[in-house]
Amino acid sequence: MTWTIFMQSLGLVLDPYVLLVIFCSALFGLFVGCIPGLTATMATALLVPITFFMPPVPAVAAIVTATAMAIFSGDIPGALLRIPGTPASAAYTDEAYQMTLKGQAEVALGAGLVFSAIGGLFGTLVMIWFSPGLAEIALQFSSFEYFWLVVLGLAGAVFIGNASVLKASIALLLGLLIACIGLENPAAHPRFTFGLPQLMSGVELIPMMVGMFAISELLRYITNLDPPPVMVTEKIGNIFSGMWSLLVKYRWPLVRGSALGTVIGIQPGSGADMASWMSYAMSKKFSKEPEKFGTGHVEGIVESGAANNSSLAGAWIPAIVFGIPGDSITAIAIGVLYLKNMNPGPMIFVNNPENIYAIFLVFILANIIMVPLGWLTVKVATRILKVARNILMPTILLFCIVGSFAINNSAWGVVLVLFFGLAAFILEENGFPVAPAILGVVLGTMMEENFVTSMIKSDGDPLVFFTRPIAMWLAAGTLLILIWPVITWAWRRYRPSVDAASR
Amino acid sequence: MKFHDTFSGAVLLLLALAILFNVSSFPNIPGQNIGPAAFPGLLAGLLAVCAVLLIIKGLRTQRSQPWIVWGEWMRSGYHLRNFLITVGCLLFYILASEALGFLICSVTVLAVMFWALQVRGRLIFPLALGITLLIHTIFYKGLRVPLPWGVMLPWQW
Repeated sequence: MTWTIFMQSLGLVLDPYVLLVIFCSALFGLFVGCIPGLTATMATALLVPITFFMPPVPAVAAIVTATAMAIFSGDIPGALLRIPGTPASAAYTDEAYQMTLKGQAEVALGAGLVFSAIGGLFGTLVMIWFSPGLAEIALQFSSFEYFWLVVLGLAGAVFIGNASVLKASIALLLGLLIACIGLENPAAHPRFTFGLPQLMSGVELIPMMVGMFAISELLRYITNLDPPPVMVTEKIGNIFSGMWSLLVKYRWPLVRGSALGTVIGIQPGSGADMASWMSYAMSKKFSKEPEKFGTGHVEGIVESGAANNSSLAGAWIPAIVFGIPGDSITAIAIGVLYLKNMNPGPMIFVNNPENIYAIFLVFILANIIMVPLGWLTVKVATRILKVARNILMPTILLFCIVGSFAINNSAWGVVLVLFFGLAAFILEENGFPVAPAILGVVLGTMMEENFVTSMIKSDGDPLVFFTRPIAMWLAAGTLLILIWPVITWAWRRYRPSVDAASR
Repeated sequence: MKFHDTFSGAVLLLLALAILFNVSSFPNIPGQNIGPAAFPGLLAGLLAVCAVLLIIKGLRTQRSQPWIVWGEWMRSGYHLRNFLITVGCLLFYILASEALGFLICSVTVLAVMFWALQVRGRLIFPLALGITLLIHTIFYKGLRVPLPWGVMLPWQW
């Protein structure tokens, strides 16, 4: 990064308008994350219609800031109500709640806040170090490599997750098929438009995401029969006391959690929730006192609190360098970047380096202001948690309506919101995960383009997909992921018989 | 609302077959071996395979389950009613917003939802009006989204 580009990007970020956007979206993210049932992905989906009217840097800054804040503040209702504010806090909600019952709510929340910020900064530094180098390699990629990269990403989305692989594959295929709708394919032939002119340009991404992530959550709230939760304590002491000794004591779990979180984030399809589950399990495995886990022990919160925030930055690495989102949030962000004509990919480092470094700076800034703003949120948390949900939810519904209308100024957006809201609600009720579907929609066009270009280049000979050196390695990686479940299945199936025979 | 896996699989299989049938009518591009039908055709083929696997899985693991298990919320009149009201509100907005205008539709949607979710009676109307005006100001004045005026056109501001 040269000095002039750095100063340019600093100027982009320190603009008063951008700073105001960052501040407002920080408060928005903290609020949304704190309310159970409103997720960080939903915060992004609700922000997108507004970012639609902003220049690229503030638009991305709003998404980055709001999600980082929401992932932290999801810890608050976890500790106070035993309900995770966002799925990313679910892994250690019981732990935090047990600490609250022991009268240590401030330690649980303080650890959540401080180590979230450190984890977020860790992921950001990894992103700053690795993305430019990766982009230089990516510049040499042709359609073959991109095709395999997309397939690798999609395969990861299907196999690394806790849903059934079969159902995840179906969700992914449905997403890819949705991406086929419209004129925008290499042959420019109108496909699956049902004679509707609105479908000629394909399904608009923003109303679809508002439907899948906001309306479906709303429907889940409306159909939720659980009794209202009870708050165990309203007194929260100084959340920063004792944090330094925790930092010294748990420095290795902190590094381990941050590193694992970043890697999980980079892996397409698995985001903050996966990162915190996996690092909580890892923390317990490597801990010197695993028997304390689950009884109100802060170690797991340190590690997975750092992991879920570091995964946010990790997810941006493939998103910026290759245009392949690392999780649902970056999938939405990529949609925004395309709308802003700031198409992600290695060329962005050549054409608009100042914008990319501005995004890096926003990440650093967001994780720093998280500490004071998060402290304030914890102070007023008991009041936020009492916000009347029956007034908030209809307001969000109306916001979704107006936001989806605003994209094309037509009620068609609302039709899409309703359709995809209902579809996502029914799919999730039946165990089909939504994240692979959204990745499919975002990556479908790119996958088809690279597939068709490669096939035309090779005169229809599929073997060419395996002959270029990098493409070959990517293909091998993809096939390994695809075949892995079969190998483990066969291993489990035939291993016992071998044991029995040798006995 | 949980469907039997075999049932979901059958629906998905029908969808895949319908897509395959549909793409078979797509034109070829002269001089090229790959046309607009290739990619969706490949996807639909894979979807058909997955659907068949899901049918088999359903038959093997959920033999005694009914075709559809109604969710708990569907047996609770209050929750089922609210679900239908939410969907109804969206439909109402889609159909009526152009004619009636944003302000009337928005106040109606909010008031109905507040009523359904048991907001206190005398708060319903002031809240619905206040939130509508706030959103209208943000989007119409602030972001210049041309929200429809409908029958309120003579009084637009």
